[in-house]
Amino acid sequence: MSKQTTRRALLKNGLFGGAGFVFHQLINPFMKAQESTLVTQHNQHQTGMMTVGEVDNNRNGFDPHDILTDWDTGEVSTLEDGRTLREFTIAAVDKEIEIAPGLYFPAWTYNGRVPGPSLRAKEGDRIRVHFGNGGSHPHTIHFHGIHSAFMDGVSGIGRGAINPGETFTYEFDAKPFGCHLYHCHAIPLKRHIHKGLYGAFIIDPDPEKHPDNAEVARSRLLGTPENSEWQEFMMVMNGFDVNFDDENEVYAANSIAHAYMKRPIQIERDRPVRIYLINITEFDPINSFHLHGNFFNYFDHGTTLTATLKTVDTVMQCQAQRGILEFSFAGFEPGQYMFHAHQSEFAELGWMSVFEVLA
Amino acid sequence: MSSGSLRKGRGNAWLWAGVPLVLLALLIGLFLVTDPLKPLGVSAPPIEKLTVERVTLDDEGIHLQVRADGSEPVSIAQIQIDGAYWMFSQTPPGELGRLQTARIDIPYAWVQDETHHLTLLSKTGVPFEHEIAVAVPTPKFSLSRLLAFALLGIYVGVVPVTLGLLFYPYLKTLGQRGLQFLLALTLGLLAFLLIDTLQEGLELAAGATAAFQGGSLVWLAAGLSFLILIVVGRREGHAPEDLALATYLALGIGLHNLGEGLAIGAAFGIGEAALGSFLVIGFTLHNITEGIGIAAPLTKRKTSLLTFIGLASLAGLPAVIGTWTGAFAFSPQWAALFLGVGAGAILQVIVEVGAYLARTSRQSQGNWLTLSNLVGFSMGLAIMYFTAFFVNI
Repeated sequence: MSKQTTRRALLKNGLFGGAGFVFHQLINPFMKAQESTLVTQHNQHQTGMMTVGEVDNNRNGFDPHDILTDWDTGEVSTLEDGRTLREFTIAAVDKEIEIAPGLYFPAWTYNGRVPGPSLRAKEGDRIRVHFGNGGSHPHTIHFHGIHSAFMDGVSGIGRGAINPGETFTYEFDAKPFGCHLYHCHAIPLKRHIHKGLYGAFIIDPDPEKHPDNAEVARSRLLGTPENSEWQEFMMVMNGFDVNFDDENEVYAANSIAHAYMKRPIQIERDRPVRIYLINITEFDPINSFHLHGNFFNYFDHGTTLTATLKTVDTVMQCQAQRGILEFSFAGFEPGQYMFHAHQSEFAELGWMSVFEVLA
Repeated sequence: MSSGSLRKGRGNAWLWAGVPLVLLALLIGLFLVTDPLKPLGVSAPPIEKLTVERVTLDDEGIHLQVRADGSEPVSIAQIQIDGAYWMFSQTPPGELGRLQTARIDIPYAWVQDETHHLTLLSKTGVPFEHEIAVAVPTPKFSLSRLLAFALLGIYVGVVPVTLGLLFYPYLKTLGQRGLQFLLALTLGLLAFLLIDTLQEGLELAAGATAAFQGGSLVWLAAGLSFLILIVVGRREGHAPEDLALATYLALGIGLHNLGEGLAIGAAFGIGEAALGSFLVIGFTLHNITEGIGIAAPLTKRKTSLLTFIGLASLAGLPAVIGTWTGAFAFSPQWAALFLGVGAGAILQVIVEVGAYLARTSRQSQGNWLTLSNLVGFSMGLAIMYFTAFFVNI
């Protein structure tokens, strides 16, 4: 594979099972032990650096692979003034979820999943979110977007915290277009966020409002033929502090440690890829996304139709920062291309993933 | 009283021996079924505990022996090494019941001479930390290693005791006061060993699974072995003297040396001590006084070479057993138990040597609280304290 036998190159060889024999010879004794005694996973990454076992998605009630693409576009109707109304229903529920094989976290969830439903609307739509608190603590939904103070979903302001058993409907216009999020803003904020109350809120641009970039806007608008060309994925970078010492023991994209490592995300080589990336990681100042073997364009907050960062392979986000990544593997050699946090600590604690590029 | 009523009385007695036990069983059953503590709101998460009892490092990675130790069974969900999740296999797999042990194998390329931090996460996310302070290959059981550890034990135990015993011809030339001084010195030495053994035992006990109550184990073993040895030693109605006293001295010192050997073997085994000639010479110096102590009660009789060999073996060879056990089969609760027994044995000889000193003093000048005895006692303590500077591992 390469003349340059650096440690990193060797590691990669081993990881991708290509010219792995060099690697095998180097740490042969360890590899032997692993092959003979390990619980074998249906993954090709015989590195040992991985969680053991499988998460029971059925018990959790959600599958991290489905979460990548299961947009919730709400119930659509038309208002008297001709505008589109989208109504979403969200319930806060206490639920124990398995975030790494055999490791259970007493989560607070929106609709029984972490991250909560990925709400998707079109710029200018009227949004109504019917929220019911079925949990054991007061909660809110605080949307990142433009709305009135009353609808801000913050403890002590406007409607304030919604007590267990109570309901409230948040209502506002979908703007600005972009890749946004929502989360609980009840106090204590840190606990309410890291327990699992957050989700994606994507507002697609209305092509008619952006005549200069109508083509780009159409490619972003769910349901258009231009959009269906793209392979779109939603990823929330999160972490879990399972022993409540204000440090995360598990990191992941979409909650489940190593989920996309053990079962790579398959992408078609010749269709472009768009990732809606959101960081909600608690306790750590930043999280990041690094793509192997390729570069991408980045649209910070997704609120522009031209890239804010061009040709980068790593991007960092503070908490609640988010953006859109666009890239393509067209013409690439098929195979497995990693992506992960480039804080090695997070990567080794679960936020490690792979795209399987298929010709 | 007729024989009938006697039988009836016995029947009643048996009945009353049984009734409390039956009631106890009923109460426990009732407690488990009705959960009477419910109003107290006792619904806290189960208390899980896990102790890493033994770590083995070899070409295939890291191997642990763990023991579950809480009120509830523990299941090990994931393991982090230095903050990264690693695949592992557990035998037997599944939940670990109270006090159950399991072997964990982690294929991990550990780094020689560096530190590794292990975190075992239970299914509820409770972390159990274990530090491998300095990663070195765990000594594997082989003939050459066995001999090497035996040699180490001989240097620590047999050699110094034998050298001390070689003072015997000189000790015989000392007069009554000289002998008393020597016995006082022995008492000082024994006082040091008692403190040292108890401390070592309690330290090891802290590393044992909590349910074994390591601390209590040390104290109870010490107390019980002390009583047994006192009773056995005085079974003929008087305190042991001469050869008997020397034998008990050798036994007590031998058990202490067993503990010392355990500590040395275990320390080398987990890479916490560097095997230097300095350390070995230190132990030889430190323990030489032990031989003098054993020889002291023998000055008034003729003693054969064979007896001396026997005494040297009794006092010194346990160090070999200690280094073997420490290096190849260490477990903190057993080590704590042995050291407790050792402390009890040392306490017994302190009492007996003290009694012997008091007796000989009475015979000569009537009072054992002399300045010379005080100086002897203090010297015994001081010699042990300062030579211990060489051997702190």
